[in-house]
Amino acid sequence: MSPRVTFPNKLLPYLLLAPQLAITIVFFYWPASQALRQSLLREDPFGLQSTFVGLANFRRVLNDPNYINAVQVTVIFSIATAFLAMALALLLAVMADKIIRGRGIYRTLLIWPYAVAPAIAGMLWLFMFNPAMGTFAYMLRSAGFGWDPLLNGPQAMTLVIAAAAWKQISYNFLFFVAGLQAIPKTLIEAAAIDGAGENKRFWTIVFPLLAPTTFFLLVINTTYAFFDTFGIIHAVTGGGPGKATETLVYKVYNDGFVNLILGDSAAQSVILMIIVIALTAIQFRYVEKKVHYG
Amino acid sequence: MATVELKDVRKTYGGTVEAVKGISLSIPDGAMCVLVGPSGCGKSTLLRMIAGLEAITSGTVSIDGKVVNTLGPAERDIAMVFQNYALYPHMKVYDNMAYGLRNRGTPKDEIDRRVRGAAATLGLTEFLERKPRELSGGQRQRVAMGRAIVRNPKAFLFDEPLSNLDAKLRGQMRVEIKNLQRSLGVTSVYVTHDQVEAMTLADTLVVMNQGVAEQIDTPMAIYARPATIFVAGFIGSPAMNLLAAEGGDNGKGLKLASGGFLKPRDIVLPESGRSVLLGVRPEHLTLVGDRKNADIELKVTAVETLGADTLAHGHSVSGDARSGELIARLPGNVGVDVDDLLPLAINAGSAHIFDAGTGRRV
Ligand SMILES: Nc1ncnc2c1ncn2[C@@H]1O[C@H](COP(=O)(O)OP(=O)(O)OP(=O)(O)O)[C@@H](O)[C@H]1O
Ligand SMILES: [Mg+2]
Repeated sequence: MSPRVTFPNKLLPYLLLAPQLAITIVFFYWPASQALRQSLLREDPFGLQSTFVGLANFRRVLNDPNYINAVQVTVIFSIATAFLAMALALLLAVMADKIIRGRGIYRTLLIWPYAVAPAIAGMLWLFMFNPAMGTFAYMLRSAGFGWDPLLNGPQAMTLVIAAAAWKQISYNFLFFVAGLQAIPKTLIEAAAIDGAGENKRFWTIVFPLLAPTTFFLLVINTTYAFFDTFGIIHAVTGGGPGKATETLVYKVYNDGFVNLILGDSAAQSVILMIIVIALTAIQFRYVEKKVHYG
Repeated sequence: MATVELKDVRKTYGGTVEAVKGISLSIPDGAMCVLVGPSGCGKSTLLRMIAGLEAITSGTVSIDGKVVNTLGPAERDIAMVFQNYALYPHMKVYDNMAYGLRNRGTPKDEIDRRVRGAAATLGLTEFLERKPRELSGGQRQRVAMGRAIVRNPKAFLFDEPLSNLDAKLRGQMRVEIKNLQRSLGVTSVYVTHDQVEAMTLADTLVVMNQGVAEQIDTPMAIYARPATIFVAGFIGSPAMNLLAAEGGDNGKGLKLASGGFLKPRDIVLPESGRSVLLGVRPEHLTLVGDRKNADIELKVTAVETLGADTLAHGHSVSGDARSGELIARLPGNVGVDVDDLLPLAINAGSAHIFDAGTGRRV
């Protein structure tokens, strides 16, 4: 057994934990409990009094076709964003790993997008693909492609997915590069001697050994796609056209802060919280089983 | 099974670091060639060029009479055992051994037969379903061997395969590797910096130093007639003693710098006045009864008792700075103490003479 560090003073460990606990309580538990309380109340239009209505808010939310639409949008958006962000990052990381000269420069350049705020990233993509003045929109149109994300739902979805994935690629790239570096070179050499070509080596040796990194990123990217993409959607489409890009988070915002239906909005955040907790639990319970830790 | 032939093979890293400076070598079919030398002398680099893991700067490597310079490692049909074993950590032992065969499209039942055969030879049958991390160092080493032998390649390449094992296991595996290599009759190149491994395993021994092959011969020939001072000092433990001397008058005998005159037999003697180094192995210094018959007198500074032998460290009483430390290997039953003065005779028939300038054997 390794020796345990013990504190001479009984109070000290709690004092050391206090800042972290305070932050968690103030910024997570307190709002979460407020949302929970709010989700069981109905507020009158002037916000003067509220009545306890039990699970009525939940019932209404779950029966709302708009909510079901938001679930579908979220599923498509999240899977596409996480997949795209991870696949492209892995591709870039594998490429960057092969470069010998100027390796550092490539890596630095590829990490920069991460420093761009989501709303700014959204604006960049919005400008590039704006039907009226965007460069890429112009190029698409002159290539004979009817590009109009302001009216066309699937195109709007494609645009927010691209922007959201682009923003996350840097982060994933960084982890994949580190993961690739942790794989001993001799394993790759042994596989080469064993007659495995480059593709085969990647899928039978490199990819399985990257599994811990990939799994970690899967959890992070799912959470990212669920929550952190709000700024991008807000800047690029505002949930439209129609409700084509209205994700669950965006709907929480829309109903609560724009339409001021606080009870419904709170019920939605509670459901969202449960979904993310369940999703993460499933990932750890089932996907992690397949992960090999060196 | 095949011959392996190197012709003036060179390797320069990044245009400046010359790791291998022109080595030519011919390994007959089924022989075991050992590359030995100090750390950084280019052994691994040379081996990796044979394997195809490192580009060859100039010269040619041929396997089975065919130049393989431009072939990838897979097409050279060789197998390699790495120092850290390089087992695929996410695959079971069985799959580790089967991997190379699967990649070459060997039929399933043939793979199974070969893997089980190799496992039986190496005593791995009960571990086939385990992952590498569930094995001991020695077992991992065996799996690495197994992965090499199932493929039935033209040549085995070993890069310090035993250096991660403890002394006892190393001795055991050394014998096993030798037996396996003999019985399979596969041409092998083995890199080590351990001279016991080098001496016991080699059919041909290559002593390397700073990218150059100092001597290529059988282990016994190298031990008996080291070509350079470097080889003399590197092969044999403890290392050969080197005494400063110069050719005696009219080319008869040697004048030791520490005083005294020696007449070695069976050896070419240097011209008079030429400054040389006299090499004497510790086991060729014998204790004589009195000072009159002694070639040198050793002032003992340290004693190591090994049981069968006793090693007496010291320096020549009348020695100048150049003569440095001397070691004599004496029978175990001789009582020696620090500060003793030992009269020693140099076994004149087993002396080696090297030119002090070039370091080459005279
Ligand atoms: N990729 C590389 N780039 C530049 N120099 C290298 C490279 N690989 C090896 N060298 C240099 O080449 C020389 C020989 O290296 P090598 O690995 O062949 O030594 P070695 O004899 O195997 O040593 P050891 O017993 O420590 O394994 C060393 O000086 C080393 O620094
Ligand atoms: Mg080496």
